[in-house]
Amino acid sequence: MHMMTRFVRTLAAACLALAALAAQAQLSIEITGAGATRFPVAIPVFENEGVLPRSISDVVRADLERSGLFSLIDLGIVALPESVRPDLAGLRGRGADAVLTGSVVAVGDGRYDVRFRLFDTQKQSELGAMALRTSPAQHRATGHRIADFVYEKLTGQPGYFSTRIAYVVKSGPRYELQVADADGMNPQTALASREPIISPSWAPDGQRLAYVSFESKKPVVYVHDLPTGQRQVVANFRGSNSAPAWAPDGRRLAVVLTKDGNSQLYVLNADGSGARRIASSNGIDTEPSWSPDGAWIYFSSDRGGSAQIYRVPSEGGSAQRVTFEGNYNVTPRPSPDGKSLAFITRSSRGFQVAVMDLASRQTTILTDSTRDESPSFAPNGRMILYATENGGRGVLAAVSTDARVRQRLSVQAADVREPAWGPQPSF
Amino acid sequence: MKKYLLPALLSALLVACGSAGGPGTGAAVEDRTAPGAGVATVTASEMPGSGIAALTDPNNILSRRGIYFDFDSFVIKPEFQPLVDAHARFLVQNPQMRMLVQGNTDERGSREYNLALGQKRAEAVKQALMLLGAREAQIESVSLGEEKPRCTERSESCFAENRRSDMLYSGEF
Repeated sequence: MHMMTRFVRTLAAACLALAALAAQAQLSIEITGAGATRFPVAIPVFENEGVLPRSISDVVRADLERSGLFSLIDLGIVALPESVRPDLAGLRGRGADAVLTGSVVAVGDGRYDVRFRLFDTQKQSELGAMALRTSPAQHRATGHRIADFVYEKLTGQPGYFSTRIAYVVKSGPRYELQVADADGMNPQTALASREPIISPSWAPDGQRLAYVSFESKKPVVYVHDLPTGQRQVVANFRGSNSAPAWAPDGRRLAVVLTKDGNSQLYVLNADGSGARRIASSNGIDTEPSWSPDGAWIYFSSDRGGSAQIYRVPSEGGSAQRVTFEGNYNVTPRPSPDGKSLAFITRSSRGFQVAVMDLASRQTTILTDSTRDESPSFAPNGRMILYATENGGRGVLAAVSTDARVRQRLSVQAADVREPAWGPQPSF
Repeated sequence: MKKYLLPALLSALLVACGSAGGPGTGAAVEDRTAPGAGVATVTASEMPGSGIAALTDPNNILSRRGIYFDFDSFVIKPEFQPLVDAHARFLVQNPQMRMLVQGNTDERGSREYNLALGQKRAEAVKQALMLLGAREAQIESVSLGEEKPRCTERSESCFAENRRSDMLYSGEF
């Protein structure tokens, strides 16, 4: 009995050590470029915030700073309560164009109301107010929602701080499909495998991921329900099965199958039934991605002799060529507003993230790296997450569509790759 | 001894911690480390018929399984025709044998596009074998793309090593 207790204690200690190891495996974010003009905003500590084990206003400040669009005006350790209109002229004199005031109020049962109010110091007006009920365990999620509120009021676009990202970490022979908050915190492993995992794709509900796993020694497409951990094979035909892409309706997937020869595009139901071919060529058709209205599927193909991007009506029909410059344009990803297209182009420097305005066909290269892959838009269309390389290791990076804001997300001593930015959660 | 014990201990711990609410609590984690999960395999030694031993005899051409390709190409070069001929003959003479052709690429470019390129290399080998009499049902062509490189250095010789289709018989994959 004594021996057993000791064993359990040792085990508990070892588990703690492992938890520490897991914490090290978290994505760390470096900001490597910021907007040309950053909006000066003051976010003092919230009144009574000390009752919570961790600061919520810290989370708000970190989110806004990381976005590269704001500079934070430090007011020292004064708290400006939400209930009192602050001295806006004085705050303007200290350089703040906007100020967020906040208070934390205990409401019993270990729960709290976080009340906050945003002011424009130039117009001397209130921009909005809100109250969120929270528990200490939810302090980060609450902070992200407040940051989303500030971001939207000040930029006119929704924030992306409450979203999640999926990516694959390769550490030695081990592959892990992980899901983390957009700031890299709270990483959770959805699948661990000794065989490769590629091409995660978020369902519009933010609850399911489709991906390709090689666990049966060939590529097979799975749909994985994140809350339950249940997974289902949706495409395991003879040959290779790959490149899943959710339709905006969340009921269908575009996939690439080789059951009839080379890699070709099919649409099937989310349970794997009803596979239907939507395009045909004598060569490669792959990397499907739906336009946000569901009308088109963009894809890469060598049907014209070199790898180029095309689009085809999602109900099937004739394909139209989209890219014409260069001889390697792949991985098309339409923006959430459907007006532009992110993709990977091979330039004289190497493989880089480019964005094309679909109306004017004007293309801009956004990065100065040379091994970029897998671009993925933030739900507000402002940032593009992609995989690249830094110091010989696979890292993730994000760049704004105006190429000014840059971030790098890396995990110590492991390769990170295959990022996919999840949808905006519904509250 | 210690060296071998440590990984075993660690994986035992991972299992124990998983149930004790260790890292990743709340996320359902599935471990797919079992080799060949989901693949029905038949070992070559159980197969009836003649000439099976030839597959592993280093003096027999059938022990060679790799067909190498040029950059951005899926054309089987003349130097590999005798190897394709030998395996086609073996498949014709041993109709119960099944083959998996795995296509591979070097690491440059998009993973999914490379998966499709690797498929072209696997399909080219399958078509060449069928042209010589092997049956469609005997051969499955799949791609590993750039995901399972045999050589991991970033050099031209290494890239060339990875631009390859492998012919594997039942029980070998």
